[in-house]
Amino acid sequence: MKLTPSLLALTAALGATAATAGELEVTHWWTSGGEAAAVKTLAEAYEAKTGNGWVDGAIAGSGGTARPIIISRILGGDPMGATQMTHGRQAEELIEAGMMLDITDVAEANGWTDVINPPALLEGCTVDGRIYCAPLNIHSAQWLWLSHKAFEDAGVAVPTNWSEFVAAAPALKEAGKQPLALGQQPWQSNLAFGTISLAVAGLDAWKAVNIDKNAEVAAGPDYAAAFEAVANAREMAAGSNVQDWNQATNMVITDAAGGQIMGDWAQGEFAMAGEVAGEDYSCLPGLGVNAVLDTGGDAIYFPVNDDPEVTAMQKELAEVLLSPEVQVAFNLAKGSLPVRGDIDMSTANACMQKGLEILAGGADGILPSGDMSLTADTTGQVEDLMAEFWADSSMSAADAQARFAEIIADAD
Amino acid sequence: MTIVESDGIDLARAERKPRRPFRNISAKIASLPMVLTALVVFVGCTVWTVIYSFTDSKLLPRLSWEGLGQYERLWGTRRWLVSLENLAIYGICSMVLILLIGFTLAALLDRKIRFEGAFRTVFLYPFALSFIVTGLAWQWILNPDFGIQASIRAMGWESFVFDPLNSPDLVIFGILIAGIWQGSGLIMVIMLAGLRGIDEDIWKAARVDGIGTVKTYVKVIIPMMRPVFVTALVLIAAGIIKVYDLVVAQTAGGPGISSQMPALYVMDAMFKNQNLAQGFAASTMMLVSVLIVLIPWAYLEFAGKKRG
Repeated sequence: MKLTPSLLALTAALGATAATAGELEVTHWWTSGGEAAAVKTLAEAYEAKTGNGWVDGAIAGSGGTARPIIISRILGGDPMGATQMTHGRQAEELIEAGMMLDITDVAEANGWTDVINPPALLEGCTVDGRIYCAPLNIHSAQWLWLSHKAFEDAGVAVPTNWSEFVAAAPALKEAGKQPLALGQQPWQSNLAFGTISLAVAGLDAWKAVNIDKNAEVAAGPDYAAAFEAVANAREMAAGSNVQDWNQATNMVITDAAGGQIMGDWAQGEFAMAGEVAGEDYSCLPGLGVNAVLDTGGDAIYFPVNDDPEVTAMQKELAEVLLSPEVQVAFNLAKGSLPVRGDIDMSTANACMQKGLEILAGGADGILPSGDMSLTADTTGQVEDLMAEFWADSSMSAADAQARFAEIIADAD
Repeated sequence: MTIVESDGIDLARAERKPRRPFRNISAKIASLPMVLTALVVFVGCTVWTVIYSFTDSKLLPRLSWEGLGQYERLWGTRRWLVSLENLAIYGICSMVLILLIGFTLAALLDRKIRFEGAFRTVFLYPFALSFIVTGLAWQWILNPDFGIQASIRAMGWESFVFDPLNSPDLVIFGILIAGIWQGSGLIMVIMLAGLRGIDEDIWKAARVDGIGTVKTYVKVIIPMMRPVFVTALVLIAAGIIKVYDLVVAQTAGGPGISSQMPALYVMDAMFKNQNLAQGFAASTMMLVSVLIVLIPWAYLEFAGKKRG
């Protein structure tokens, strides 16, 4: 008898899905609190605008867990309607193998080339002049997060750039604080290296190495200075034995550490802890040296499907994702920056405003992300090297640099 | 005459032969899926993997030959060399120590002590936990802020330092402790079963001859337990190969790359770095190293049988 209501509910649910035009399964790895709220705005907007159903295919774990699952589903002939991927070279081979839907017509009809800022985001989706993904948001990695209270306790002013931060490190140590919080995972070591090298070696050298794969510059004096700076930062991070990035962020939030180099997604953690940007913590894009951000982020790809109805739904979704309302709602919930330069983000907090300013400043402050310029293979090799370099204080900066130059020389 | 004779022999053979393939037909049909699985999954996929390790496959397998390029890169990669060194240290130490601890515990339990059942259960319990749980539990026990170091400092020894998981030189021994803790209980039980299988008269004879207990174990009992030791060795070896999840749970290969294992290298190369061929080359090398250990052993084992 108890079964009847649930059976009724089930039939009702079935009836409801049959009534809509169709359903589109979307896989992604946005599973933390803020991220899930952001996905909900997407799903609601899609259902309201098109009348199609949104089937949520969240995969727990980070991109490293989800990506192999997503790729094996596409390869195995069971494609989802749409999927999150980091744009850039990770999907390159799938596109070349003809497994991703060409959405150039949608992009042209909606004038994506005019509204998407920076244009590099759309280039990350473009292969041989055709567009294969819809960029959704921008995340940048080059931020230094500082705890005001930690510096107050140590009796020094809150730094405004990297060299002041380095100079303040001994005072922090004396006050019993960890100068630099760093999680032990390889990608975090690599992120810190990338950010420091951008600030110390400078923009031109960074571009020569990461975009042109110039091994001579990687072995040259600019990068030597960067490696020395990393070796120095290694001393500041010694004793920081946490694993995950948010544990390291938590050390800054609880004022046990002076600062952390982490991407703008750390902002969500500060917000959840009730901290106010500019009062409890401050953020320095580009370590306060070069106000430059890379423009990584998420994009939605649409695997090729036999069913023309599904193809039509995929194109409708692509259109919805880039609409101004969705861009505002999604990015405010996620704490990321929008991919359109023409929308109103005045409700964003102080740190987000800094990022928006840099984006609005045009091409000088914008870099392609590592995911766009280096293959996953090369990134993996650099991550291994950085994991070793940050953990092993007996490894000299010159040795690390020589091995880095070798990796860059072999990169394709 | 010759024709008749050969016919006669053929007939005699024919009478015996045709029965063979059809004898126990249901048993043979039942084992067919397993035979096919073994051939296709194990042999077939192994050959496929080896072939593709000579290509430059990235995200998708493709047959564009690159010769030994993947192997050259593999052996020039520091992380791979560190992984091999770690596996060797972990393998040798856990093989020796688990056998030693397992046998000692079994011998002690076999001395007809009180509460034998309780001790046996306590020692065997860790084996009921998966490597993931073992790894996490020992990650906490060895954590300097909550575990052994913190509790000893709380007892008053302020300068006590025991932090193997964050020291690149000691981390592999931190993993080894967890592996031994998990593995020695099972070996103890197997050894105990072996000891119980030894005839009581052997002990009486040894006592009559005035041979000491330890000497009886070493000279008489252990040689008699050879089959038990072989079983134990196979189980420990399987545990060494399975160490992947223990490392993932306990250190994730860190600090830096100092607790990496070959299996982690394979997984990362194939799925994280999207470089299938590199992963295939590494797994081929793992297979080769297992064969290097296995073939001489099998040769000795079977050659010995024939002579015996």
